[in-house]
Amino acid sequence: MSSWIPLWLHKLGSPPTFYRFAGKLRPWMLALAIVLGLVALYGGLVLAPPDYQQGDDYRIIFVHVPSAWMGLFIYGVMAVSAFIALVWRIKLAEVVAMESAPIGAAFTLITLVTGSLWGVRMWGTWWTWDARLTSELVLLFLYLGVIGLYHAFEDRRQGARAAAFLALIGIINVPIVHFSVNWWNTLHQGSTVRLFGPSTMTDSMIWPLLTMMVATKCYYVFSLCSRVRADLLALEGGKDWVRQIAAGESAR
Amino acid sequence: MSQAPLGRACAAVLRRDLTLAWRRRGDIAMPVLYALIVTTLFPFALGPENALLQRIAGGAVLVTVLLAMLLALDGMFRSDIEDGSLEQLVLAPQPLALMLGMKILAHWLTTALPLIVIAPMLASMLQLPAAAMPVMMLALALATPMLSLLGAVLVALTAGTRRSGMLLALMLLPLCVPVVIFAAGALAAAQQGLPWIAPIAWLGAALALALVLAPLACAAALRIALDA
Repeated sequence: MSSWIPLWLHKLGSPPTFYRFAGKLRPWMLALAIVLGLVALYGGLVLAPPDYQQGDDYRIIFVHVPSAWMGLFIYGVMAVSAFIALVWRIKLAEVVAMESAPIGAAFTLITLVTGSLWGVRMWGTWWTWDARLTSELVLLFLYLGVIGLYHAFEDRRQGARAAAFLALIGIINVPIVHFSVNWWNTLHQGSTVRLFGPSTMTDSMIWPLLTMMVATKCYYVFSLCSRVRADLLALEGGKDWVRQIAAGESAR
Repeated sequence: MSQAPLGRACAAVLRRDLTLAWRRRGDIAMPVLYALIVTTLFPFALGPENALLQRIAGGAVLVTVLLAMLLALDGMFRSDIEDGSLEQLVLAPQPLALMLGMKILAHWLTTALPLIVIAPMLASMLQLPAAAMPVMMLALALATPMLSLLGAVLVALTAGTRRSGMLLALMLLPLCVPVVIFAAGALAAAQQGLPWIAPIAWLGAALALALVLAPLACAAALRIALDA
């Protein structure tokens, strides 16, 4: 065992320890997500000035951009824990990877929906085959493939390992898709409508955006903790620590 | 246990798969027939004007061939899983990746090659200009092995599941987006009289990478899926 890894990290890898840890972390993260989310929404919807070109329509970015960041971030988390799950066969890593996928898919879907709501006002169309939009759609399909493969197996751990492998194939694929789609779009139509140019935002718009980003991260941790706890209970159904929890629940 | 030399083992796997495919010749005809039907439907749906058909011909043939291959992909390992011969292949002393590579080659020969053979006919049904025909054949010759290799990895992943048809399409879509973009890009460039060598070179590079990595990934995926 490598000595540079602190002991508490090893302990956290065991399901009962993580179950208790996640239970303690969960309410704090939810509270933080709600408070920061409300502050960011107030800052974004009330305090920030309207854009000189887009008026009030731009305000959807306070939901759209943090969701887009989370879509990619959660895929990264999923891929890293999928790698850990395949190499070291840690049960907790499998659970974290598989329970991250639906949350990431939800954030990606929010990104697509808010993007097209904005697009219908600004571009006059719900959907256009812009490189960014297409990459985001492919990302959603990657998530759906992972979720679908996980549920196609009867044995959950086997399904988790197969889906983890698919997640790793996907992480190689994401940059390839991104570059090929960029190339494809620039070949056909020279002008691309860029959502994020090298624009200089004023501070009054930046801070709600960054606050919302922290809020979505907190919400992700909260949601992941809840899902992992439920999944661990189901997975470890026959073990002693689950029996003790069940006995405590029924005694109440 | 005496070990068969690698070359003979590869030849044996290839010969076995080709013989099995030949015994069920009807199955080979299915993707071809499917591609023919889909191509026939395009003019009915879009109208028979030559100019319009010419514009979409390249992309339509590519997508049709891709879908026809997807139809056949599902059955790549199915009979071998049912009769247990895939487990024997996993247990064999020869490297699994190489044996699977031979199986993928046999699958490509029996499903993609007939499609490539009839592709010029499909393209001329949609009025693709004769000048773009060689580029289309080149693009198909590079794109179809890519799809066979990528598809084999995903089929191996779903080997332990029962319902995999729709799931396979869902998982293959993100992987084949770049393949379609580059193959269709080369075709569109050739049709407009632009240089088309760059996308073809990209396809070739991707194929070289997939030839090396996909059998290894396929073997790893199969070990995960069969490890109950």
